Amino acid sequence: MIGNGEALRMEKVHKSFDATHVLRGIDLSVAEHEVICLIGASGSGKSTLLRCVNLLEDIDAGRIVVEGEEITAEGVDVNRIRRHIGIVFQSFNLFPHMTVMRNITLAPIKALKMSAADAEAGATELLERFGLVDKRDEFPDRLSGGQQQRLAIVRALAMKPDIMLLDEVTSALDPELVAEVLNVIRELAAGGMTMVIATHEMGFARDIANRVCFLDDGVILEEGPPAQIFTEPREERTKQFLQSIIEAGRM
Amino acid sequence: MTGPRAWVEEPLEPPPPKERGSRLLGNRAFLVSSVSTIVFFAVLTLVVVLAPGFRAVGAQFFSFRAMKASFFGVPEAGLPPIWRGFLLNVEVFMVAEVLILILALLIAVIRQIPGPVFFPFRMVAIVYTDLFRGTPLLLVIFMFTYGIPALQIQGLSTQGPVVYGGAALVLSYSAYVSEVYRAGIESVHASQMMAARSLGLTRWQSLRYVILPQAIRRVIPPLLNDFVSLQKDTALLAVVGPIEAVRAAGIYSSLRFNFSPYVVAAFLFILLTIPLARFTDHLIERDRRRRAGGGAR
Repeated sequence: MIGNGEALRMEKVHKSFDATHVLRGIDLSVAEHEVICLIGASGSGKSTLLRCVNLLEDIDAGRIVVEGEEITAEGVDVNRIRRHIGIVFQSFNLFPHMTVMRNITLAPIKALKMSAADAEAGATELLERFGLVDKRDEFPDRLSGGQQQRLAIVRALAMKPDIMLLDEVTSALDPELVAEVLNVIRELAAGGMTMVIATHEMGFARDIANRVCFLDDGVILEEGPPAQIFTEPREERTKQFLQSIIEAGRM
Repeated sequence: MTGPRAWVEEPLEPPPPKERGSRLLGNRAFLVSSVSTIVFFAVLTLVVVLAPGFRAVGAQFFSFRAMKASFFGVPEAGLPPIWRGFLLNVEVFMVAEVLILILALLIAVIRQIPGPVFFPFRMVAIVYTDLFRGTPLLLVIFMFTYGIPALQIQGLSTQGPVVYGGAALVLSYSAYVSEVYRAGIESVHASQMMAARSLGLTRWQSLRYVILPQAIRRVIPPLLNDFVSLQKDTALLAVVGPIEAVRAAGIYSSLRFNFSPYVVAAFLFILLTIPLARFTDHLIERDRRRRAGGGAR
């Protein structure tokens, strides 16, 4: 199911915020239709990595290539690049002053210059697929957390991205709402969406990932198929991390 | 009595009957508050009425004849009607308000533009705001009305005092209002800009469709407050000549030695500001209901 083409490649990516060196040389290659889960402690650089791929953060060194184009090159139109890369945040970041429908259609209409009718037709299709069609005229404040996060995923999908970046999308949700969001992600994976997912849900990562990357202190310390990472990790730090997760009852 | 109140339909045990004593207490509280209110206003009225100059003030400030005459004007005596002067206040206010809303927003947005190329623009916006916020409005009106004609710039130097005074109002208030806008823009969380940009919207599109609509909604009450203030400050134009409400009242009172016209002018200004306040309340309430309340229609 994983394609031969390369969707994303990061080469020796470095990123610092003032004195903190958050990414210390990230090398990562993601094939088309591949699902990668990034695991690691808070502050290990998972979110920063995803934000760099979406050009929400400038990188200090290295390069990032998406679908064969170096997006970190000088003079690249960031808006054009971002239209192909969807990102969903932990805190939803929906537009509170717009209806569900308008949240979804804003970017297709303004950034892709789609007609309102086409954008709404596409949005309706997505809303039907993710069980939100009866909420189309509601405002985000009136949806549950799970519905809000599903809407955020739909909003990103409406741009028809080549790759989706999910940044701890279930961390802000009540436990009983986590499943509905994870099911949406499972469906995307089944549909062949290329995804890079930062997550604390180890069971979910084990189910869905083609490959799991353990980030520690700004580098990918260990990567491999979930069966290997979760059952026989090679690195001492990975073992410690997984042990602490098990002790916290999160696995 | 459906929906949210359904839970009271079957209480576990009947509520205890209200005791006679507590009802008496309720009656007593009502009685006390009534007596207290009556006494308070009676004393206040007595203080005013028994003041040594009460009759003189009544004749000087609340003469119905003078009010009526000044409101409608006395053409044969050269006394301009206050109502017509007040129309000029309203006109200046309406035009100034629209210009202020636009100019202030422009300045607030300019101050937000990042990047070294725009440094001079940001600089101009900051200096402008500091300058006009720091100068008393009265001085700005004087300087514009007497200074600009002296510059002898074609087209610009041949306007009337209403235009110069109005321009002074616009520039002075825009400096204030731009700060109100800016506070609103900064109150919208940075994650909103990030979400908009992540979808491929340009910085301008994000500002236009995501940030500003939220920012402006939040600052409607303080904006209104500034506009109530602006409505009253149109009276300052009186110092450079145009016959607006306060000037019309002033002409009457100086010729007939009666201050009642000022009360008329004051009353007109109050009449103008109250509907604006109620309208804003209505807008805020509607927005609140639509986003969180019962129906999303």
